[in-house]
Amino acid sequence: MKRGAPGLWAAALSVYAFLYVPLAIVVLFSFNDSMLSAEWVGFTTRWYATLFADQQMLDAAANSLFIALSAASLSTVLGTMAGLAMARRRSAWLGGLPLLVLGPVAMPELLLGVSLLLFFRQVLDLTLGLLSILIAHVTFSIGFVAVVVRSSLAMLDESIFEAARDLGASSWQTFRHVTLPLIRPAVLAGFLMSFTLSIDDFVITFFVAGVGVTTLPLQIYSLIKVAVTPEINAVSTLLMALTLTLIALAAKLAPDALKGRL
Amino acid sequence: MIEPRHRQRAAASRGSPNGWLLGAPPAVFLLVFFLAPALLMVGASFQEPGEFGGLAPLLQDGRLNLSLESYRFFFGDRIYAEIFLRSFIVAAATTLICLMLAYPLALAIAQSAKRRRDLLVLLVILPFASNFLIRIYAWIVLLGPAGLLYTPGAVIAGMVYVHLPFMVLPLYANLEKHDPALLEAAQDLGAGRWTRFRRITLPLSLPGVWAGSALVFIPVLGMFAVPELLGGTRDMLIGNLIKEQFLDNRDWPLGASLSILLTVGVLLLAGLSAWSARPRRSVP
Repeated sequence: MKRGAPGLWAAALSVYAFLYVPLAIVVLFSFNDSMLSAEWVGFTTRWYATLFADQQMLDAAANSLFIALSAASLSTVLGTMAGLAMARRRSAWLGGLPLLVLGPVAMPELLLGVSLLLFFRQVLDLTLGLLSILIAHVTFSIGFVAVVVRSSLAMLDESIFEAARDLGASSWQTFRHVTLPLIRPAVLAGFLMSFTLSIDDFVITFFVAGVGVTTLPLQIYSLIKVAVTPEINAVSTLLMALTLTLIALAAKLAPDALKGRL
Repeated sequence: MIEPRHRQRAAASRGSPNGWLLGAPPAVFLLVFFLAPALLMVGASFQEPGEFGGLAPLLQDGRLNLSLESYRFFFGDRIYAEIFLRSFIVAAATTLICLMLAYPLALAIAQSAKRRRDLLVLLVILPFASNFLIRIYAWIVLLGPAGLLYTPGAVIAGMVYVHLPFMVLPLYANLEKHDPALLEAAQDLGAGRWTRFRRITLPLSLPGVWAGSALVFIPVLGMFAVPELLGGTRDMLIGNLIKEQFLDNRDWPLGASLSILLTVGVLLLAGLSAWSARPRRSVP
């Protein structure tokens, strides 16, 4: 393979620097012994201590965790069902399902957020809070789970289902003992993806959270709006570490299904 | 030979019980929480604002309370046209800068050794995995001490940073498929490095350029957090305008009609981009 021009590599390296330097600075200043994120003074972990003593931040983190766990569980169940249904070929009415499932993924977040706000307040007269956030997160996560599950089903050899039938398994037994074990990694990857999407979501949550409930991104947003503090650097660093771990885990479970879908 | 019926059924069922039973719960959930709200938004754009915010009752004094008032309002005030225009300019500038940064990167990755490509692509996606707000916040930390915050330049820098991978990935997917034999043939025929790029690589990569541009341009239009955190009061874009109608002014019909206009604009652009990137007959 022929190598590119050295000028091309210099350009590529500076774009990599553009991608990483800003985030590296956030991580670096989370350990800086100074209130100002302007120059390096000395190493400290006190901003992490401040963070774990900040009750508002801890409440927001607890809300985020609760919502992410419930939203991921619900969207894994609904998304897996949708993925299984979409993998079947002979079912006329299911033709619209992919549109329904992928619609929220393709729709701009802002529009999904305001349309849900409109719906919750105008039609359901629901008080905004944990429940409205949970429903919104499930709505946009189902598609991600469904796509991963469907693509893992598409890779299976159909003859194994025939074999199960020939050996006398009912359709439920086939599902329980053949299909489910085979798609388990994809289902788990879908769960981790929806967990990550939920814990990271800002835009949609912003519209459907109401006044009483905050999540981690909403709390970070309200802090950023006021001032730059090392505490934000610390919470950002922890959140980055968490997201990276979850994505690495999901990628390990279903490497092919996740390729190019981050 | 005709396959036994139970085999046909087994293959069609793909190893799961009743398809429509499986499909029904997610379908119902999404009909209620995705399709109904989307349709409601279209309806709301033709309603009138309520006395205390929200929507006025649909039926009033026995007549249907629908009007084009919100749309008339939008087209009647220059300020809205200016914000839409400014949003399209910011989106175009962001797209152009993303293209200039992403092209050399995607080309370098596509020309590197095969075993290294996956890693190099992963390195592009990785920062993208950090929270969206943190990526904006990084620019507050970076630009704040230099006194560059709250300017149109800061907004565009933030927009480029948040959207860059959307441009790199489709470009790379395109460039990676180019046949190196084409470039070798051109070189044998005496074409220089620049001519080879201009006459072969660039024209072949245009579908990737269009795809990446759509993936950057469209989300920039709906972004409200970047202008709000990095821009000044004069840097308001469509996203901020819509957010303001729903949360601050509580003029929901206007917010809904702005959303509909944005959607129409986005769909037109997406259609245009799909048309530009359509596969063409290439020279064999």
